Amino acid sequence: MSKNLVEFNNISKFFGSVIALKDVTMHVKKGQIMCLLGDNGAGKSTLIKTLSGVHKPNEGEIIVEGKKTVFDSPRDALDLGIATVYQDLALVSLMSVTRNFFMGREPMKGVGPFKVFDVKKANDIASERMGQIGIDIRDPSQAVGTMSGGERQCLAISRAIYFGAKVLILDEPTSALGVHQASVVLKYIVKAAASGLGVILITHNVHHAYPVGNSFTILNRGKSMGTFEKKDLSREKLLSMMAGGEELNKLEVELKEIDRTSKN
Amino acid sequence: MSVKSKSIQNKSKDERLRKVSNLKVLLNRPELGALGGSVLVFIFFGIVAGDTGMFSAYGTINFLEVSSNLGIIAIAAALLMIGGEFDLSVGSMIGFAGICIAIPAIYWGWPLWSSILFAFSMAVLVGYANGILVVRTGLPSFIVTLAMLFILRGATLALTRLITGRTQVPGLRVLIENDPIAWIFSADAFKGVFTWLGSLGLIALRQDGTPLATGIPASVLWWVGMTIFATWLLMKTRYGNWIFASGGDKLGARNVGVPVGRVKISLFIGTAVAATIYACVQVLDAGSADTMRGFLKELEAIVAAVVGGCLLTGGYGSAIGAAFGALIFGTVSMGIYYTDVDTDWFKVFLGGMMLIAVIFNNFIRRRVTENK
Repeated sequence: MSKNLVEFNNISKFFGSVIALKDVTMHVKKGQIMCLLGDNGAGKSTLIKTLSGVHKPNEGEIIVEGKKTVFDSPRDALDLGIATVYQDLALVSLMSVTRNFFMGREPMKGVGPFKVFDVKKANDIASERMGQIGIDIRDPSQAVGTMSGGERQCLAISRAIYFGAKVLILDEPTSALGVHQASVVLKYIVKAAASGLGVILITHNVHHAYPVGNSFTILNRGKSMGTFEKKDLSREKLLSMMAGGEELNKLEVELKEIDRTSKN
Repeated sequence: MSVKSKSIQNKSKDERLRKVSNLKVLLNRPELGALGGSVLVFIFFGIVAGDTGMFSAYGTINFLEVSSNLGIIAIAAALLMIGGEFDLSVGSMIGFAGICIAIPAIYWGWPLWSSILFAFSMAVLVGYANGILVVRTGLPSFIVTLAMLFILRGATLALTRLITGRTQVPGLRVLIENDPIAWIFSADAFKGVFTWLGSLGLIALRQDGTPLATGIPASVLWWVGMTIFATWLLMKTRYGNWIFASGGDKLGARNVGVPVGRVKISLFIGTAVAATIYACVQVLDAGSADTMRGFLKELEAIVAAVVGGCLLTGGYGSAIGAAFGALIFGTVSMGIYYTDVDTDWFKVFLGGMMLIAVIFNNFIRRRVTENK
C-alpha cells in the first residue's frame, strides 16, 4: 500500500511575474485522504487547476502510477482517472438526477442512427449508486434543484467515481454546508477512500479535514509548509500552522493590549 | 424533461417514495399550461362559435393550417430556447428563403427543386453564422440575431429589387405541377378520404361536387411530424440531454464534456431550416414570394414556445408544449372571425396570454426546483 497513486513533485506555477506556486510536492496513496489546507490566497485554486490539467506547471513533474505524465487538458487528467469535483459541481438544477448523473456520457442502446439514450438503464444505475451512499433519492426523475447541498455534493462525487475516477480532487466540498450535511459528505469521502481511491481534499476548515485526513499538506502564500502524517500532528498544531493560526495568536495579543489600555 | 419513474416498479418499493397523484406529476410538466390553454380555447369557441362552421371540416383545416405554419417555426424556436438561446432572425429568414426559392426559379431558369435545395443550404449558412457568432463572441443571442434580423430583411429587399425591380416574385404556381419535390410542401394528404366523406355528404361540397376541404395540408403533417421528432430528440437521445444541459448550465455542461458550442450552433441551424420549411409551404401555396413574408413571425414563435412552457432562461421546456402554443395561437386568430368580437382585439389577447403563460411557467419552475 505504499505505492503512490499520484505524485506531484516540485510543482511551480508562475503567472507573469507572480509566483502562484513554488516547489509544491504532494503524494497521494491508494485508500488515503490527503488534505490540502490553506488560507484564502494560499494558492489552493491554482494548485487544483494544475493538478486537474487546466494549467500546465512551469516547473516540476506529475507522476501517475509510476509514469511521468504531462496533462495538456482536463480531458487528459480525466482519462488517467484523476477527476476533479469543483465547487460549482457541474450540475444543472432544472434537470433530473439521472440526466445530471449521465450528462455528457449517456448510456446508449440501439443501432446506427437510431441509437437512443437508455433512460431506464440510466435511472437504475443512478438510483442504485445514490442508494449505495445511503442517500435516498426518492425518484431519479426528480430535478436536482430539489436536493439538498450535501446530496448534490454526493451526487457529483458519486458520478466521478462511477466514471472511473482513481484519484478524486474535491474542491471545498463542505464549505457551503451545514454541520449535519458536511458530516454526511465527509462520511462518503471516507467510504470512497476505503474502497481504494486516493482523495485530495481541499479545504480551509481544519475541523472538517482533521477527522478524515490521513496526511496533511499545508499551503501558505504559494509554498508548501510540508506534508505531515496524522500521528505527527495534533489538531491544535494544524490549526496554528495554517496561516490563520499565527495571525490569530497575534490578534489575541493585540486585543488584550487594547483591552488593557482602554481600562486604564 | 423529467422522465417517468419506470425504474421504481422493478425494485422493492422505496418506503420514502410517497405516492404522488397523477395530477401532481402532470402539474410538473412544462406543457401543462399550453394543454390546458388549448382545452379552454376550444371550449370557448365551442360555446361562442360552435354553430358557425368553425369546426366544420373546412373551418378546422383552416385553423389547423394557420397553427401548423406557426408550429413549424415554434418547435425549432422551442428547442433553441431550451438550449438557452433566442433566434430573432426567424421572420427575416422566412422572407429571405422565399426569394431564394423564387428568384432562381423564375429569373435564372433553375428547376424549382434545385432552388428549394438552394434555399435550404442558405438557411444552413445563416444558422451557422448566427450560431458561430453567439458561441465565439459570447454575446447574447438576442443582440446577434437582432442584427441578423435587419441584415436579412434588408438584403432580401435590396437583392429582390436589384434583380427583379419589384418586391414580389409571382409565377411559381406553374412550376409546382411537375416538380419532383415541391409536393412535399404543398400537396394535400388523404384526398381520397375527403372525397369519400364528401360523397357521403358528411362534409361540405362545392358546386362541382368536390369537397370544400380537399385534404390535410402538407404543413399540418410537417407540424405533427416535427413535434414527434423534436420530442423524441429531447426525451430519448443523447443530443436531447445535451440541449437541456447546454441551456441549464453552460459551464457545468462543458465541464462534464458536453460539446455546448456544437449543440447551440446546430440548434441555430435548426431554426433557420424550420423558417425555410415555413417559407416553402407559404411560397408554394401562394405561388409567389414576398420580401415582407414572415414579418414579426420570430416573436409569434417565441410566444408559442413560451406559452408552451419554455423558460426564457433556458434548460426547460417541451416541443409538445410549443406545438400546442401554436395551436392556441392559430385557433384564436382564425376563430375570432367566427365570433362577433372585433378582430382588432386579437393582439390584446395575444399579449395577455403570453403574460399569463410566463407567470404560470415561473410558478411551475419553482415547483420543480424547490421540492414543493
